[in-house]
Amino acid sequence: MKLRRDVFQAIADPTRRTIITLVAASAMTPSAIAENFEYSRQTISKHIQILTECEILEQEQKGREIYYQLNPDGMKQIADFIEPFRKLWDDRFNSLEAIMKQHQSNNT
Amino acid sequence: MEQKTKINALEGKQELTITRDFELPVELVYKAYTEAKFVAQWMGTNVLKLENKKHGSYVFETSHEGNVMFKANGTIHKLIPNQEIVRTFEMENMPIGVQLEFLNFEKITEDKSKLTIQVIYKSEAHRAEQLKLPFVYGLNMAHNRLQEILISLI
Repeated sequence: MKLRRDVFQAIADPTRRTIITLVAASAMTPSAIAENFEYSRQTISKHIQILTECEILEQEQKGREIYYQLNPDGMKQIADFIEPFRKLWDDRFNSLEAIMKQHQSNNT
Repeated sequence: MEQKTKINALEGKQELTITRDFELPVELVYKAYTEAKFVAQWMGTNVLKLENKKHGSYVFETSHEGNVMFKANGTIHKLIPNQEIVRTFEMENMPIGVQLEFLNFEKITEDKSKLTIQVIYKSEAHRAEQLKLPFVYGLNMAHNRLQEILISLI
């Protein structure tokens, strides 16, 4: 499986982070999102498209309008992505602790 | 239960903080960082060089079946025994770049201590590359494991 984009790309850009914060408050139409920026509609559409491809935003059709809202699963991916890094350090430090405890008991 | 190792990586910043509570006297945690044979053991790497002095440098290398898998180096800028190490760290051939590390060793009781490592990256994007590494590795491992299971089923 090869995703065209990943969540890291999504959060690497400040405009996209602002869009995430805006949409987190309530579902919004693309034009309502664009009103918050001085960039062209086209630029904002591009960012929305990337966030959708990364599965951070999801679309919902309400009548004639398309609303964007946060996809909780996509956000969970971001929250979880530090965990493997933490786990790596936790394992290393556990081993440091075990080795030094061994050393300590050898010297007493 | 509270986690012994914590990572704090605030959004929009180019740094992160690693904290760890040890059930060890602070002297032993410091020793684990400054004596080559201990570094080699807990980091699981070969220590080619480790000069514990101001402006000293260090080189770590990990081999697997004769191939160098991981090589890292850095310069030590400041050392205060059992208190502080300031150094750079760089993993070679990685998009993470050079990072600046402030290690603080703190005595809690006679046999408890705390280590705080503040790591500063060149940019937020460089930090993301670092955080991404174990994540992607984990995904690959899970993927490989899945493949193994599938293969064993065939």
